Amino acid sequence: MSMRTPLGRVRGLGSARNGTHHWWLQRVTAVALVPLTVWFVASIVGLVGADYETVTLWVAQPLVAVLLILFLLTGFYHLKLGLQVVVEDYVHHEGAKVATQMLITFGCFLVGALSIFAVLKIAFTS
Amino acid sequence: MAQPNRPLSPHLQVYKWGLHMALSILHRATGVALGAGTLLLAWWLMAIASGPEAYAQVRDCMTGWLGRLVLFGFTWALMLHLCNGVRHLVWDTGCGFELSTVRVSNQLVLWGSVILTLVAWGVGYGLIGG
Repeated sequence: MSMRTPLGRVRGLGSARNGTHHWWLQRVTAVALVPLTVWFVASIVGLVGADYETVTLWVAQPLVAVLLILFLLTGFYHLKLGLQVVVEDYVHHEGAKVATQMLITFGCFLVGALSIFAVLKIAFTS
Repeated sequence: MAQPNRPLSPHLQVYKWGLHMALSILHRATGVALGAGTLLLAWWLMAIASGPEAYAQVRDCMTGWLGRLVLFGFTWALMLHLCNGVRHLVWDTGCGFELSTVRVSNQLVLWGSVILTLVAWGVGYGLIGG
């Protein structure tokens, strides 16, 4: 009979050696993304056919800009976590695995940072 | 390293194909597709940040027939991943694993995603008047 707690046993396990941390963050971002996605899709539907003026004014509203940034942060992080699992499942060569994982991380952070910067620029300059 | 001759559990092909399997694979497929779709989102935001000409270019691309087709697929992928994702969150609490419940949630996820997609596009077309 082990005296270790369930948490102590899972720490350091899993294919990325980080226990349940990855799994849990995927759930936390998923829960956050449910309302954010509904809000985002509903907003985009309202912007169908909108001209440049309308779109920039929409993004520049404080509540919209902040919700957009939160949507992008959680969305890109959720994407990074999800793609990592796909690679862990299908890429078995250690070198290729590490390389793809890094590419995914860099790619998600790059595209995420570009998107967030764009929102900030629209919000602060229009 | 793992021992080379361990018995392996049977892989997907031995199981009878079912809607739950299709939805499970589609959850992963739509997740990857949505990852590619984020490039469109980033392009759109960067175009707005770059000015009216860049925005007009993106708008023209997205309102063409190919753009609409891609965006329609994007919407359905997002709605399916959303509906099935909510089901996954329910499963994470330990509920909803009975076969009879799964049969019902299968239909809810599938038709929910279709209806949400059609509602979004219906309202969108309604706003621009065709």
